[in-house]
Amino acid sequence: MEQEQLVKELLSKSNQSFTLLYDNYSKSLYAVIYNLIKNREEAEDVLQEVFVKIWNNIDTYNETKGRLYTWMLNITRNTTIDKLRSKGYNNSQKNQSADNFVYMLEDNSKTVNKIDAIGISRFIKKLKPKCIQIIELLFFQGYTQQEASEELEMPLGTVKTQNRNCMNELRTMINE
Amino acid sequence: MSSREIIESGTLELFVFGKLTEEENKEVIEMSKKYSEVQEEILAIESAIINLSQSVSPHLSVTNYEKIRTKLLGKNDVISINRKSSWTNYIGWGAAAVFVIGFGLQYFKLDESKTTIDKLATEKSLMQESIVDLEFEKQEAEKVLAIVRDNNNIQVALGGQEVAPNAYAKAYYNKETNEVYIDASGLPNPPEGKVYQVWGLKLDPLTPQSIGLLDNFTANNSKVFKVEKADGAEAFGITLEPAGGSVSPTLEQLYTLGKV
Repeated sequence: MEQEQLVKELLSKSNQSFTLLYDNYSKSLYAVIYNLIKNREEAEDVLQEVFVKIWNNIDTYNETKGRLYTWMLNITRNTTIDKLRSKGYNNSQKNQSADNFVYMLEDNSKTVNKIDAIGISRFIKKLKPKCIQIIELLFFQGYTQQEASEELEMPLGTVKTQNRNCMNELRTMINE
Repeated sequence: MSSREIIESGTLELFVFGKLTEEENKEVIEMSKKYSEVQEEILAIESAIINLSQSVSPHLSVTNYEKIRTKLLGKNDVISINRKSSWTNYIGWGAAAVFVIGFGLQYFKLDESKTTIDKLATEKSLMQESIVDLEFEKQEAEKVLAIVRDNNNIQVALGGQEVAPNAYAKAYYNKETNEVYIDASGLPNPPEGKVYQVWGLKLDPLTPQSIGLLDNFTANNSKVFKVEKADGAEAFGITLEPAGGSVSPTLEQLYTLGKV
């Protein structure tokens, strides 16, 4: 569904719009939360909080400022980071560069998503380690270009194009 | 900036990730309105990253969905649907209540049935165990009976000796096959660390030969033991020996003795 349509639905707060919202985005946002918080129960709590915020503040979303998904993503990151801070985690996450989102796949393959995880893990594992790292930092951890360039010891200008290349690689894999 | 340039720069990826400044965001949005290929590129990036994150996401439980749904939609929604007429309302609620109660009852019954099934299954397996035990006992009894009934078996009564005047035992000795069974039901349980040893004896000259131990004496319910073959034995004796048995009988501990 087009974003404009979904926003309209969400503004009407219909049952259907909730289902659409949940079906389309809950798993993606949950992955971001879980990757930061690494605790299933707490991640579910944060996801609830995030949905409440999206639901209640949808009228403040401004299409001329960015994508709906990006807006939700920012809410998600901020809510998760707030949660982490309130629990005294500080920014300790930022030092754990060894961890990345791919480990979630391994967790999954032990549980319910078996088939999904096996299918997708095949191509995610084909991603270069550098790509996994850069997507981890910029997308999952929400680093700025500056922070990412420091962490990866990569010139600032290269971060953007490197990320572009990695995303292209991912897209070709998905479309194959 | 051309559409090509902005697409190749990697700015659109950061736009979707939410990592641009407000200024940069504005610029991208203007470009996307101007060039459909920029807009399409943005959508493709968005769908790829959603796809990726969805795929690595841990499983989300159905309860989670329900929780969020209730939180956002609450119960108001359910009521507002049925506001038109009060009596249909009541019928609706009544039907719902009946349904819920019925469902509850069914669930309760189901639960009960499950418990009953579990109980029965346990009982069944216990009974099966005792059937197996009984079968074993029966087989043993039949074996003993067969030994006693066998015409080829000579019954040798072994009488109590000095250390145990009240003890007795019987040997069933098949002279053709030389097989020997000992019925030791007249012997007391051996003390810890001791074992009964059976001897086949030749009388002239007196030569005892061990034909086996009555191992696991207490555990053997029928107290009938098969021992080794005794070739040409003229008498049988049973002595109490240290665990593992002895090379020659300890005659002071001779419990029973009997001539063929």
